[in-house]
Amino acid sequence: MTTLPAQTDKSLGLVIDLDVCVGCHACVVNCKEWNTGGYGAPLSDQNPYGADPVGSWLNRIHTFEVDASQGGGCSGSEAQILADGKDTRVVHFPKSCLHCEDAPCVTVCPTGASYKRSEDGIVLVNEDWCIGCGLCAWSCPYGAREMDAAEGVMKKCTLCVDRIYNENLPEEDREPACVRTCPANARHFGDFSDPNSNVSVMVAERGGMDLMPEQGTKPVNKYLPPRPKTSPVQSAPSDLVALAEPEAKGFLGWLDAALEKMG
Amino acid sequence: MSLFEREPVETSPKVSDEVRKTTCYMCACRCGINVHLRDNKVRYIEGNRDHPVNKGVLCAKGSAGIMQHYSPARLRKPLKRVGPRGKGEFQEIEWDEALGLATSWLKDIRESDPKRLAFFTGRDQSQSLTGFWAQAYGTPNYAAHGGFCSVNMAAAGIYTMGGAFWEFGQPDWERSKMFMIFGVAEDHDSNPIKMGLSRLKERGAKIVGVNPVRTGYNAIADEWVGITPGTDGLFILALIHELLRAGKVDLDYLIRYTNAPWLVIRDPDANDHGLFARNEDGEALVWDRASNSCVSHKQSGVKPSLKGEVTLPDGRKAVPSFELLAEKYLDGAYAPDAVTEQTGVPAAQIKRLAAELARTAFEEEIVIEQPWTDMKGERHEQMIGRPVAFHAMRGISAHSNGFQTCRSLHLLQILLGSIECPGGFRFKPPYPKPMEAHPKPHAEYAANSPLPGPHLGYPRGPEDLAINEDGSCKRIDKAFSWDAPMSVHGMMHMVISNAYAGDPYPVDVLFMYMANMSWNSSMNSRGVMEMLEAKDDNGEYVIPKIIYSDAYSSEMVAYADLVLPDTTYLERHDCISLLDRPICEPDAAADSIRWPVVEPDRDVRGFQSVMIDLGARLGLPGFVNEDGSAKFSDYADYIVNHERKPGIGPLSGWRGENADEAGRGKPNPDQLKRYIENGGFWIEHIPAEAQYFKHANAGYQDWAVGMGFYDAPQPVIFQLYLEPLRKFQLTAEGKADQKPPEHLKARIRDCFDPLPIWYAPFEGEQIDEAEYPLHAITQRPAAMYHSWGSQNAWLRQIHGTNPMYVPGEVCDAQGLEDGDWAWVISHHGRIKVPVMRMDAVNAKTLWTWNAIGKRGGAWGLSSDAPEAKKGFLLNHLIHELLPAKGDGMRWSNSDPITGQAAWYDLRVRVEKAEPGDELSEPRVEAQKGPAQPGPSELRYGKEWTK
Repeated sequence: MTTLPAQTDKSLGLVIDLDVCVGCHACVVNCKEWNTGGYGAPLSDQNPYGADPVGSWLNRIHTFEVDASQGGGCSGSEAQILADGKDTRVVHFPKSCLHCEDAPCVTVCPTGASYKRSEDGIVLVNEDWCIGCGLCAWSCPYGAREMDAAEGVMKKCTLCVDRIYNENLPEEDREPACVRTCPANARHFGDFSDPNSNVSVMVAERGGMDLMPEQGTKPVNKYLPPRPKTSPVQSAPSDLVALAEPEAKGFLGWLDAALEKMG
Repeated sequence: MSLFEREPVETSPKVSDEVRKTTCYMCACRCGINVHLRDNKVRYIEGNRDHPVNKGVLCAKGSAGIMQHYSPARLRKPLKRVGPRGKGEFQEIEWDEALGLATSWLKDIRESDPKRLAFFTGRDQSQSLTGFWAQAYGTPNYAAHGGFCSVNMAAAGIYTMGGAFWEFGQPDWERSKMFMIFGVAEDHDSNPIKMGLSRLKERGAKIVGVNPVRTGYNAIADEWVGITPGTDGLFILALIHELLRAGKVDLDYLIRYTNAPWLVIRDPDANDHGLFARNEDGEALVWDRASNSCVSHKQSGVKPSLKGEVTLPDGRKAVPSFELLAEKYLDGAYAPDAVTEQTGVPAAQIKRLAAELARTAFEEEIVIEQPWTDMKGERHEQMIGRPVAFHAMRGISAHSNGFQTCRSLHLLQILLGSIECPGGFRFKPPYPKPMEAHPKPHAEYAANSPLPGPHLGYPRGPEDLAINEDGSCKRIDKAFSWDAPMSVHGMMHMVISNAYAGDPYPVDVLFMYMANMSWNSSMNSRGVMEMLEAKDDNGEYVIPKIIYSDAYSSEMVAYADLVLPDTTYLERHDCISLLDRPICEPDAAADSIRWPVVEPDRDVRGFQSVMIDLGARLGLPGFVNEDGSAKFSDYADYIVNHERKPGIGPLSGWRGENADEAGRGKPNPDQLKRYIENGGFWIEHIPAEAQYFKHANAGYQDWAVGMGFYDAPQPVIFQLYLEPLRKFQLTAEGKADQKPPEHLKARIRDCFDPLPIWYAPFEGEQIDEAEYPLHAITQRPAAMYHSWGSQNAWLRQIHGTNPMYVPGEVCDAQGLEDGDWAWVISHHGRIKVPVMRMDAVNAKTLWTWNAIGKRGGAWGLSSDAPEAKKGFLLNHLIHELLPAKGDGMRWSNSDPITGQAAWYDLRVRVEKAEPGDELSEPRVEAQKGPAQPGPSELRYGKEWTK
């Protein structure tokens, strides 16, 4: 069994904005390309050119449909329900390690390979000590760890620990690869222990949420729910024509008056 | 350190030896990339933060570039076919032999009958070179793939307002308050759209997605309009109906910038009925309310009338085109209640969206305190914006009514006054560029001679058609014929079937580049394969010789007689040129290069360098010096030293002897070096007073002339009423010298309306609605681009198969559940597909991901790859011709105006398949390569990890 630090100096993690994630997989693939040549063993691929290609990834996107008019975790769009009577929606949900404060993957590790760093809260696997037993993956309620089939070690998001402090990179690039590459700006990196950090402010303003809080893992990463869908513009009439001048004299009559007004 | 103490994590490991900046080619977006190299291998690819297109971000495709670059599907050496066509059996040959063979084939034809070469390129980003080459060679048969891609969008935009979306312009992401996106899944401009949507959301702008399928961009839209395919035009015209009825149009804008006041001749028996009344100088006339007289629209200080019949100087009657427009769209046929059933959009939603557009455009107007001067010399103290913006792409254009639908959307934008204003749609230089500033099409060929002008252009009327006196077509694809008079991008999708049929004539050599015509880039893929394999009575192939260039072992490679292996995008020179399809931004002109950031480890050559070599071997003008020696050593040499006219070359940056000239200037031998030093691109910003209203902004026009986009100002007057269409209509009415074939007259009369109209898509009109009640379409996944992606070891793990998504109601009616297999049946064929239920979709529309299905043995994949076993193409259901309608003719399945392939008109029914082998159908026998599958395991980057 491995112990968790009583507290961490920083609490680094990600904010993932479900309002703008279009499910494009940029973060997924850029993560793979950085990390396959980065921290620890490569992220191998089995049968890459054959039947059932499968490999290790540290970040994946799940796509599912919800009926938002019935709740389903999204606030329904008034406009949509007005139009269709329902609001069936596709949700794109990126998922990687959430670097939990109370990480069961750490406490379950029999060798001490899986640990949470006291300086910044990143949960890492020391691959030299990993015996590939897989207990951590079983204990993770989020399914965020993947055993590498070629190397026999557990792979997981490192929050790009080899980027965020890397003095060989320009300062502006010292952020996780997924954050740097996201075209929709749906991913943000920062220190949640600082209430004034970019991520803390965002979570406060947008009602950032824990994933599956009932699991008691206290995830550091937060998800921003879709913004309430813009309602029909309240001040716009639902029927333009009913309120407009032309109806009385017809459009061409209005045109005369309008041109007259223009001078 | 004890055994039980962890080694500290190395937080500053070495990243790379060197970073080289070039341009991505994992799709058509052309983002800037930083390629990190370590030990002469690609360690990592990221977006270039300084680059105008992507500003540092990079999509899934771009991030998977490593796997594309090292793909086992890469061709390694020139190949000569040894087995029967289609089998994929080849012999490797040397480049000398390959180029000698190609030269001998091409030389013979050029000397005898140059039209017997058909040269067509697919996902080509060097059309200014390939077009120039084809023109020098002298065949009339050249085009790129626009005809089956999105020509309706481009053509409607140029004809209507001097440019369309994507390369031509984009929404004002920073200022728009309401944005509507039509028919776009993942498509061109993929990163900029994602960046833009995010900016809109940050600012609280409203996003409305109009698409039969609620994925991707539509999934995050504030409101989704789940429209029935092919009815976008009707929906848009209903919005226009509402805006007109309410008087919510920008009259000042219409008078200043459009042909709304231009007078249309009303003289039903005359040959110019419906054309614009013009003065002796050819200038269209307007009625001046101040002087009560007809004056040129160019005259300043007039108060043009927008309605009312007037008497022309010649005594005939005329009305402003706006009156015709208003009458047309005020008609009850376009009322929301009248269009609901066809479009699937509730009338209340149409009415509300019209009201929201009007409110946002007119009550939330944006003012920028920036003086500017218009083309009539009038100074404006401010820039006034109507903050509603639109974007659209293939979903509205790949229909037989696509041209008019795209025109309808532009009409809506213009009526709202939202083109080239703050918060609206903004052009990117060198656009807007009116029809008159584009060439006309050229097809006048002769042996041993170059063509007198570019192949592709914008016909002004029937006099510009590429037809012979007997009415036969000059071009193999029948572009610019009565079949598709305004086919401004050519009709690549008709080339193989026409060449096979010898109609209008046979060809000797079919030469193609990067176009997977025997698979996902053709309608009727099986039929195309048979045409490529077909032999005549003498046992010779009906299409005698096929040269094909590709970097990868695609399905089309298997049908080539001679394969010219191209490099990967990281091994080549390229230029993303202002002469072609530039990467400009609304605020700036820009272009960029690719350069070999890694050297090829195979015996391959960049296709463009090969074309330059072939040009020299053939002695083509522009490719040889006076003594007959080669003018350019390779493409890089051409990029730097070719001049299209004095001072104007492929790249605009760092021209001139001192490398300090932009746009115009003498060739600079160090130009590529300067591009590389600058991160692979060049950018020149537009002065502040010239950034909006470019179509009518004197400051912009002067700047554009200075940059060399054109030699004199080219202001654009938006053409709501499109006279060239009326000229074609007149031919069908018997009021012109040119006579269309009898059977086409009705179609030309009905479809070439000078004001945008909606008509039902042709396929739907010719099938039995009860037999084929559903629509079937494809969407391009965000993480995969065409067929290129599926060889990619990483991307194929994301999209290795493509289910057919079936609306829940259809599933319930047919007893279909996830994992079932079903037959999808069209008038042309049937395919067997795996089924997945979906509710966030138009209730009559099935859909799947584009181009996932593969032929076994292609793309360096094993023949049991899921792409070949379960993946499928809709292409087998789509025919290049419409179903027979009993008139003895088979009509083309394309837009009658532009010839755009009508992919999305497809109508189907679905039936549950009996449980069985879980293999998609039709099955096509596997090809043998030429590339062989790669390793069974990858540990990419192993050497850099500890």
